[in-house]
Amino acid sequence: MEEVKLMKGNEAIAHAAIRYGADGYFGYPITPQSEVLETLAELRPWETTGMVVLQAESEVAAINMVYGGAATGRAVMTSSSSPGVSLKQEGISYLAASELPALILNVMRGGPGLGTIQPSQADYFQATKGGGHGDYHLIVLAPSTVQEMADFVGLGFDLAFKYRTPAMILADGIVGQMMEKVVLPEQRPRRTEEELRAQCPWAACGRGDRDHRNVVTSLELQSDKMERNNERFQKTYRAIEANEVRYQEYFTDDAEYLIVAFGSVARICLKAIEDARAKGVKVGMLRPITLWPFPTAEIARLAKQVKGILTVELNAGQMIEDVRLSVEGTVPVHHFGRMGGMIPNPGEVLEALSACFTDLKF
Amino acid sequence: MKEEIVIAGFGGQGVLSMGKILAYAGLMDNLEVTWMPSYGPEQRGGTANVTVILSDSAISSPVLDSYDTAVVLNQQSLDKFESKVKPGGTLIYDPSGIHHLPSRTDITVVAVDAMSAAIELQNSKTYNMILLGALLACRPIVGIDAVVRGLRKTLPERHHHLIPLNEQALRKGMSLAGK
Repeated sequence: MEEVKLMKGNEAIAHAAIRYGADGYFGYPITPQSEVLETLAELRPWETTGMVVLQAESEVAAINMVYGGAATGRAVMTSSSSPGVSLKQEGISYLAASELPALILNVMRGGPGLGTIQPSQADYFQATKGGGHGDYHLIVLAPSTVQEMADFVGLGFDLAFKYRTPAMILADGIVGQMMEKVVLPEQRPRRTEEELRAQCPWAACGRGDRDHRNVVTSLELQSDKMERNNERFQKTYRAIEANEVRYQEYFTDDAEYLIVAFGSVARICLKAIEDARAKGVKVGMLRPITLWPFPTAEIARLAKQVKGILTVELNAGQMIEDVRLSVEGTVPVHHFGRMGGMIPNPGEVLEALSACFTDLKF
Repeated sequence: MKEEIVIAGFGGQGVLSMGKILAYAGLMDNLEVTWMPSYGPEQRGGTANVTVILSDSAISSPVLDSYDTAVVLNQQSLDKFESKVKPGGTLIYDPSGIHHLPSRTDITVVAVDAMSAAIELQNSKTYNMILLGALLACRPIVGIDAVVRGLRKTLPERHHHLIPLNEQALRKGMSLAGK
């Protein structure tokens, strides 16, 4: 029988990374995600699977260690929280440009600046629209439960290797610090040198019997070649958009109003929806699981059915832009959010619904 | 069954670990569980609180407007959470250091002098287990056996000799709550 454990989202990330057969973790502590590094240090995977765990001297060093590990085809990851993820942006852009698979976890806290250590979703723009320089995208997964924290480690690595592009788990302080039941994945062995060479023919892991050297770089000074590189990246992004959109719908069958929310906030909204439905108000929710690629077509489909949409986010209104692009002006789209580490409770979500949609009576 | 609980007090009083032990007991009884701590700069002396939800069905929000049961261990927490207990709910408080008593009449209010009881047990660290016993007397959502099984599973072996003392503290808390 599967063993059910109780742990924090951050702890689940660490366990799941070892069980995935990850080759390396490079990080630097910052609240509210320090338990990732702490748990890995406690579990000592270097003595079992051989996974490297290293506390780097800074966030910048950690992301460049990830770049180095990824260039050799290894499954490597880093984690941080908002200010630390800002520091990593140059490295993330280089990873994307060098077509390297890697996993980055951001357990968001309230910003801007050093801000607060309390939960936030204010890095949505940074995660989904670039963050670093240049035309690139990350695959962005938004977990709402501790189970999804565990599951998205494997999913993130698999997608990153499938498309040779970095993936990000965009979590927040709630899902990082909260303890829930979780079933961890089976322990997988780390890939052998032979498996790695077969799966990653591009990796710079020694020439061996290849007839050429693999060179991993983001530098291309000839503009015509750099444009072709960009066209290749864009082709990858179109394939990801076509194949990898993930979302979950709640009570949408008969919904007259729609909430769009991601991560832990979707849980708060679900409770508000349960309360609204108890009062006979037909509210539903779409929870994007991939924030990039965004479930544009699915929201457009639901827009035909509902009188209005409310996005609820721990920010000043970021995902709302993608929701508005999805519905192209066909229905009103409103935003409700708290900032700076404040968390709305379900009652506030209900109040926001009735404030935005005056024909809605509770 | 669904029980939404907040436990609040000073950092160092064992608020978070009391919630954790309750959560593990829920796990032992195959309930759905969320444990959501406040994680501010809450070392010894600051305020700390934790929301624990135990349910026999899936749990939506880990963040709540109101609670079935509140366990409050200082004046600030009493001031903050008394109004957030649902009508018909339960408020358990430790009267030491409380000068403005709870005033609501639509909830069950239980005073548990856990500080004195911990001194009687000659171990101040039993404080939070006495309160957990009181909570379980008022709201029997999990049995003491589940709490003990949870402790046995989660405590390192070297601390297992303390389990009987913890069980004694739980039972003392139960009797203090008048059950």
